[in-house]
Amino acid sequence: MAARGGVAVEERVGQVVLPGDVLVVPAHPDEDGERLRLGAPPAPHTRLLCGPGLRRCDAGLLVTKCGLLRHRQAAGGAYWVDSQQKRYVPIKGDHAIGIVTAKAGDVFKLDVGGSEQASLSYLAFEGATKRNRPNVQVGDLIYGQFVVANKDMEPEMVCVDSSGRSSGMGIIGQDGFLFKVSLGLIRKLLAPKSEIIQELSQLYPFEMVLGMNGRIWVKARTVQQTLIIVNILEACEYMTAEQRKQAFAKLSGN
Amino acid sequence: MKPSPVSNCERRFLLRAIEEGKRLDGRQCYDYRNVRISFGTEYGCCIVELGKTRVLAQVSCELVPPKPSRPTEGILFVNLELSPMAAPGLEPGRQSDLLVKLNRQIERCLRNSRCIDTESLCVVAGEKVWQIRLDMHLLNHDGNIIDAASIAGIVALCHFRRPDVSVQGEEVTVYTPEERDPVPLSIHHMPICVSFAFFQQGTYLLVDPSEREERVMDGLLVIAMNKHQEICTIDSSGGIVLLKNQVLRCSKITAVKVAEITELIQKALENDQKVRKEGGKFGFAESIPNQKITAFKMESAAVDTNNVEEQAEEIITKADPPSEVFANPVLYTPGTAQIGEGIENSWGDFEESEREEAAEEEGEGDATASECQKMEIEGTSIIEETKTDEPILLSDSEEEEVVILQPQELPKKTRAQTNLKQGSTSKKAFIKRRKKKRAAH
Repeated sequence: MAARGGVAVEERVGQVVLPGDVLVVPAHPDEDGERLRLGAPPAPHTRLLCGPGLRRCDAGLLVTKCGLLRHRQAAGGAYWVDSQQKRYVPIKGDHAIGIVTAKAGDVFKLDVGGSEQASLSYLAFEGATKRNRPNVQVGDLIYGQFVVANKDMEPEMVCVDSSGRSSGMGIIGQDGFLFKVSLGLIRKLLAPKSEIIQELSQLYPFEMVLGMNGRIWVKARTVQQTLIIVNILEACEYMTAEQRKQAFAKLSGN
Repeated sequence: MKPSPVSNCERRFLLRAIEEGKRLDGRQCYDYRNVRISFGTEYGCCIVELGKTRVLAQVSCELVPPKPSRPTEGILFVNLELSPMAAPGLEPGRQSDLLVKLNRQIERCLRNSRCIDTESLCVVAGEKVWQIRLDMHLLNHDGNIIDAASIAGIVALCHFRRPDVSVQGEEVTVYTPEERDPVPLSIHHMPICVSFAFFQQGTYLLVDPSEREERVMDGLLVIAMNKHQEICTIDSSGGIVLLKNQVLRCSKITAVKVAEITELIQKALENDQKVRKEGGKFGFAESIPNQKITAFKMESAAVDTNNVEEQAEEIITKADPPSEVFANPVLYTPGTAQIGEGIENSWGDFEESEREEAAEEEGEGDATASECQKMEIEGTSIIEETKTDEPILLSDSEEEEVVILQPQELPKKTRAQTNLKQGSTSKKAFIKRRKKKRAAH
């Protein structure tokens, strides 16, 4: 670790980092060497953001996950680690797919794949009132958004946005199939103009819901077509872009 | 951490796919997943992969005093452990129902079948015998732990070498591997478990269920067999009623699978032996350079995606046209008439069906696949419904609707032509027969 200790953070961007690595954030030339820019930023544009997988320590940034180190220049710069983990930790604002496990009074309990179950009020649906309850059964799938997610409290989800509209959230239909992929793949799929999604959409029409918790719900016209989509997406995890293009070419050729 | 529950849509989709004869990973109903065996650097250590399910087995031995009841027999101790590493829902160190069940099955498969010659493990009768300890760890859980564990267990036992000993008078000498070559255990036979999952009360059968199939199955049948086609244990759980011919069919499939797996095991053992002799890279070391960041590789061409839509069209065009609808009841004899779509006169001989019925009643409890006859009396008409569910033919269910009239009309002797192909496995058979009830007069 001592050997890794002195690596500057810029040098490792795009490379694999391991838990325990210490990355040094270069100090300002006008500041003394011991004080970091992180501590008290003299100007707002030099503020540095610590994303997932990184933690501040005395020497600089401590890596807590293994994966690729990423950097974004916007707003002073942000560093984070892109990892391929499977375990989901709820984060406020994330859209996730939950499975209803219990109906307890006026809240539903949802399994979102995290360490704790999330709660969802029956009033947190579009158009729901005390009289007009949503029809939710145990075992149903719900696509919602986290409004409370921190390490000390039970996470809470809602199915409406701030203006009270559902905006795509709510109960997912009875048909279709749910499966899990790694969180890294979900982020790849949810990226704007994701190649995989664009290529998939050229095959045949289907519906898809992507949850940040690694769950994907897919429904195509037939069972066979749904199975194909499921298999392609599961395989995408282990395929390079080229292999994927070949696979899609083979599929669309038929 | 609780295992994540199965949602309704998963359950429905899986059952529907199984009804159509499709599985998630593109296997056929009777297909086994790929088995991969790799050995450790030391003797008696192996990892068996069954699809994504992985089991690590390690054999060790020590000299212990024998059990007082069996002073000349060595001891075989078997233990399987599940850890949260395999699946987040599994808890460490807790004797869950699943773990107890698995351990019992493994023990019955390996120890009670006497696959190891325990008498050869005796060093000094009544004083010192070898205790062979087989430890197994589940590294990844993707269903069918029992099969993977039974393969891993027997492979590790076959691979294991115990130190050589010599007895001179009272003195027992244990030789190190440098002094004398270690000796293998004497294995009589190799019992291997094969699991069968049953769905919809035994209507559908799948070999080697994956984790998600295990979660929606109704019952499980595990048969342990060796390559001489001797059944070592048989275990049915889930509380479903199985017919005799289902069990027989399963045992036949088991014989085929066991023969394949035994051959694979022997090949793997020979390979390992050869490589060790030549001094090349063996054990896990051999597989290290090939392994990328992800240990699992996706098998290619899992689902047959060739011209899905064309095939569907083809099936529809090739299928038989729907059978005719008989609006008027066809009377054979007084009191016997038929009506409805696709009249089929296989039960025309009334006595025969009655005989069958009597035979069915004898075989009590076979409710799943027996003919269920329901009699309804509506005014003057008796509507008899005969339902035949064949448990194994996956897409064959017939329903007939029969109106039995009182003999007031002249009996028409015209028999309906049978245009329904019986036993055809085409998807056509799925066409629902509409029930038409008609009261006479």
